[in-house]
Amino acid sequence: MVYNDSMLSEKRLVELEKTAYQIRQDIIEMLLAAGSGHSAGSLGMAEVFTALYYEIAKITPETRGAPERDRVVLSNAHICPVLYATLANRGYFPREELKTLRKLGSRLQGHSSNHFLPDLPIETCGGPLGQGISQAVGLALAARMNNRKSDSDIRHSTLDIQPTFHTWCLMSDGELDEGQSWEAFALAGKFNLRELTVFIDRNNIQIDGFTENVLPLEPLADKFRAFNWSVIEVDGHNLREIVEAAGQARAIAENPSVIICHTIPGKGVEFMENRFEWHGKPPNKQEAEIALKELRTLAGQIRSE
Amino acid sequence: MLADFLDHNLFSPDVQKLATRDGFGQALLELGEKNPEVVALTADLAESTRVLDFAKKFPERFVECGVAEQNMLGVAAGLALAGKIPFVASYATFSPGRNWDQLRVSVCYSKANVKLAGAHSGVSVGPDGATHQALEDLAITRVLPGLVVLAPCDAEETRKCALAAAAYQGPVYFRFSREKTPLMTTPETPFEIGKAYTCYEGQDVTIAACGPLLHAALLAARELEKQGVSAEVINFHTLKPFDHAALEASIKKTGCCVTLEEHQTTGGLAGAVAESLATHTPAPCSFVGMPDSFGESGTAQELLEKYGMTVEKIVEAAKKVVGRK
Repeated sequence: MVYNDSMLSEKRLVELEKTAYQIRQDIIEMLLAAGSGHSAGSLGMAEVFTALYYEIAKITPETRGAPERDRVVLSNAHICPVLYATLANRGYFPREELKTLRKLGSRLQGHSSNHFLPDLPIETCGGPLGQGISQAVGLALAARMNNRKSDSDIRHSTLDIQPTFHTWCLMSDGELDEGQSWEAFALAGKFNLRELTVFIDRNNIQIDGFTENVLPLEPLADKFRAFNWSVIEVDGHNLREIVEAAGQARAIAENPSVIICHTIPGKGVEFMENRFEWHGKPPNKQEAEIALKELRTLAGQIRSE
Repeated sequence: MLADFLDHNLFSPDVQKLATRDGFGQALLELGEKNPEVVALTADLAESTRVLDFAKKFPERFVECGVAEQNMLGVAAGLALAGKIPFVASYATFSPGRNWDQLRVSVCYSKANVKLAGAHSGVSVGPDGATHQALEDLAITRVLPGLVVLAPCDAEETRKCALAAAAYQGPVYFRFSREKTPLMTTPETPFEIGKAYTCYEGQDVTIAACGPLLHAALLAARELEKQGVSAEVINFHTLKPFDHAALEASIKKTGCCVTLEEHQTTGGLAGAVAESLATHTPAPCSFVGMPDSFGESGTAQELLEKYGMTVEKIVEAAKKVVGRK
C-alpha cells in the first residue's frame, strides 16, 4: 500500500469495492443481531470508510498506538456500525466480535467510545452531534503545536511544514444543524487549519425527514467557503474520487478542507435507499434476508472493466 | 483556636485582599514555565479570566476561541487526547453552563485531561447582574462522574488548586471570583485534592464552608465564641471527591452543622454535606447560601447582605441548629 499515491490501480479498486460490499453485509448482520441501530447512514458510508482505513489514513493495525498515527474522528457516531465493520475487516479485531454490537459489556457501544484505545483506534466518544468536530479541531491544533518552536503564534499555518499527523473527521449533513459545528468550522478557518480534513455524509436525510425540509443546509459549499474552507465534492460511492479528493485535501496547505460526499442513504439495499425512515432503524429477520441477498448479488457483480 | 497554618492576620481589619482569579493567572504562568504540555483556551475573556499573561508569554500554546464555549471545550478535549494539559477559562455561568453537554461527553465520559476554570462565580460578580453570577455551577459539576470539583478560598489557595489540577490525571473543575477577597492561607497551608482541613477547632457546631466566604465563617466562629458557642470551621475546598471522613470526625464531636457557600443551597456544598450526613452520621444541618433565587445588579457587599451570606446570618444559623440537636 502506498500512502502518498492517490492513484488507485484497477485491481486495487475492485478489491476495495468488494470490501465495501462485505462491510455492508456485516452491517446488516450486526444490526439484526443487535436489534437496534442506524441502517441508512452506516450503509451509505461504506465506500468512504473503506477508502479511509484502507488507503487514506496513515494508521494500520500495526501502528494503531503510535503517537504520530493519523486520527480518524467519527463525529456522527450513530453510524458506528460501518466504523466497526471496517475496522474488523481491516484486521483491528476479529469479525466475530461484530455481533456484540450494543450488548452489555461490548467494546462496540451503541455510539462509538474511545475507552478501548489503543487497541481499538476509536479516538473520540461521539453521540451528541457537533462534538466530534470540535475535538478534531483540537487534535489538529495539537499536531500543529507539536511542530512549533516556542514563542511563535500558532495562528498561522506554515506551508512548508508537514503536520506530525493528519486528522480526518466524519460528520453527517443533519449534524450541521448544531451550531457547535459552525463554531468549530470558524475556528479552523481562523487557524487555516490544513491539518484537518472533514468528510460530510451528504445523504439529504435526517430523523424527521429530508434535510432541506427540516433545516435547509444549501448552499452548503458556499457556507464552507465563507468560513475559509476548501471544498471538494465527490460521489460518495466512487472510491477513486474519494481517495483522490483526500490526496488533494492533504496537499492543500492554505486552509482546512471539506470533502462533501454525495451518498445514497441505505445504499445497496433497495427498500432502504433514500428513505429517511431507515435512519435509526435496524432490519428485522425478513428484511435482513432480502438485504443480504441483494448485497451479495451486487458484490458478485463487481469486476474489472 | 485558629489553625497555625493559616495567616493569623486574617482577623485584622487591614487583612490583605487579593482576587482569586489572580491566583489562577499566576499559577498558569508558573505552569507554562514548568510544563510544555500546559496550554490555555478562552472564549473572548482573556483579560478578566487572567489568561492574558500566559497568552502573551506562550502564544504557541494559547487558543482564543471567541464567544463559542461549546466548541472551546471540545477543542480542549481534543488537545487533551493528544497529550496536552488544557486550562479552559471563561465565566462559570457560560462554562460550564452553555457547554455542559460537552463537559459531560467530550470531557468526563471521554476521560479527557481537561481543567475547567470557572471565573466570576457567586453574586459578588456584582453589577453585571444575574446572568453573569454563577450560582449553580457546583451543582451541575458535582453530579458528573469522574469530575473533580474544587472551590478554593483565596488567591493563594486558587494558585495551589490550579497547580494540583495540572498534576492530577483527569478532568477538574474549579471556580473562583472577581473581587479582591481576604487572604487566609499561606504557601505553607496544606492543599491536597480531596482533603478538607480544620481552620478553627470547636465542639458545638460544625461550619462547613468553601470559597472566599470561608472568611465570614471564621469571623462568625469568633463571634459565636463570644456568645458561648464553640464552632468548628472546616474548609471543604474539594466538593468532589468529598471528604466524608473529615465531616464525620467533626460531626461526631459537634452533632450539628451549618454549610456556607456563594451558591444555591441546592446541590452545591449543602448538597454534598447533606448527602454525607444522611449516609454517614445523620445530624441537623442548616444551609447558608443563595436561597433558591437568581441574583441581580448591585455591589458585591450589597448582594451578599441582601441574599443572606453574611457573618450575622451564619451566627444565627449556627445558634438555631445547635437548638435542633
